[in-house]
Amino acid sequence: MCLAIPGRLESVEPADPFPTGTADFGGIRKQVCLVFVPEAAIGDYVLVHVGFAIGVIDEAEALRTLAVLRAMGDVVETELAGGVS
Amino acid sequence: MKYLDEYRDPALARRLLAELGAVATRPWRLMEVCGGQTHTLVRQGIDELLPAGIRMIHGPGCPVCVTPVAVIDRALELAATPDVVFTSFGDMLRVPGTSTSLLQVKAAGGDVRVVYSPADAVRIAAAEPRRRVVFLAVGFETTAPANAAAVLLAESLGLTNFSMLVSHVLVPPAITAILEDPECLVDGFLAAGHVCSVMGYTEYEPIAARYRVPLVVTGFEPLDLLEGILMAVHQLESGRHEVENQYARAVHRDGNQVAQEAIRRVFRVADKEWRGIGSIPDSGLVLADGYERFDAALWFPSGPRSPESASECIAGQILTGVKTPTDCPAYGTRCTPRHPLGAPMVSSEGTCAAFFSAGRTAAAPSPALNAATS
Repeated sequence: MCLAIPGRLESVEPADPFPTGTADFGGIRKQVCLVFVPEAAIGDYVLVHVGFAIGVIDEAEALRTLAVLRAMGDVVETELAGGVS
Repeated sequence: MKYLDEYRDPALARRLLAELGAVATRPWRLMEVCGGQTHTLVRQGIDELLPAGIRMIHGPGCPVCVTPVAVIDRALELAATPDVVFTSFGDMLRVPGTSTSLLQVKAAGGDVRVVYSPADAVRIAAAEPRRRVVFLAVGFETTAPANAAAVLLAESLGLTNFSMLVSHVLVPPAITAILEDPECLVDGFLAAGHVCSVMGYTEYEPIAARYRVPLVVTGFEPLDLLEGILMAVHQLESGRHEVENQYARAVHRDGNQVAQEAIRRVFRVADKEWRGIGSIPDSGLVLADGYERFDAALWFPSGPRSPESASECIAGQILTGVKTPTDCPAYGTRCTPRHPLGAPMVSSEGTCAAFFSAGRTAAAPSPALNAATS
């Protein structure tokens, strides 16, 4: 449920009503809501849970987390495909 | 990449395990609160690699598992209402209510839709103004900001056809309830990393001091978990009981203030029923004053409540760590992920489902458990 995965912020769109952006999760791109991370900038890695960024982490940390998640199999796909797990 | 390789390096894992073996002079029982951590521990077999005497107790941190039957039954009622579009995270669909599940209601023609984000439910409401859209808002503190934002989004769009059935739970009161239990087996806790990304960890400091237990904020990767376990054991062996942060790359002491503000605006704290555990004071969130118009429970009159039927499921004892799944006679036979008797077998983060997918059987239980209990 509380899985959050890091994605690299590739674009930031103006608030309508909330600011959103496109994040790249190891090749899968998804729109994420940035309302809780006003400090996030393009190139940052945001920690994303159910479509909302809940924090910003640095690049070295983000790549490491994603790689370990990949090694753990289908967990990233589960998070991206939907479901709270 | 140096940082990456270090954290995936089996040699480092072996060093962490060796250090744990050297540090631990007595048996210690640690609870990982979060179901995501349970999943990693069991799937990777980490709990089986721990030195004899270090036992992991799998905690109640699976929101799917702790959602009361009464809430599921209410969800089923709403999902079967003709003009309703019922939206939910995917893993709630197979959770058994008293007599059926959301998946069965959907199969029977109910408009039940899986959404990835609560914001998607709001978009459905905006696109289909003649339908009443209900979102099943479950989760811990990690999910609360997103669900709060969905309400704020619906408000800003002026929607009158969006509501939420709220069953939100909070971690610190659950830890307190576990510690207050006279049968409490837990010497220390791994606190859930992403809950703390949102909330920080100041709430845990009085708990550590009052109950004299170490609490280590821990991440979700195998080496995170090993490091968190090692930090907790170090504390126990030296008689300390502090809050430490293993997951510093994602957690600050004060958490995410913007997200906390959204939670405070939309929700208020209330007593909460946990499936299999019972009522815990101040352990849930309900919609705050001014946001009741988004409360699905107020929109729809409740039908007669059927009494909770007797079940073989021992979820309460599983969720508090008193029993492990292989102690249950139904585990793996009458209760499987395809035909779950209870919620811990449904969610991938449920302890029973984690055990089942890792192929754990009563004949081949964890050696760590054997050592700790023999």
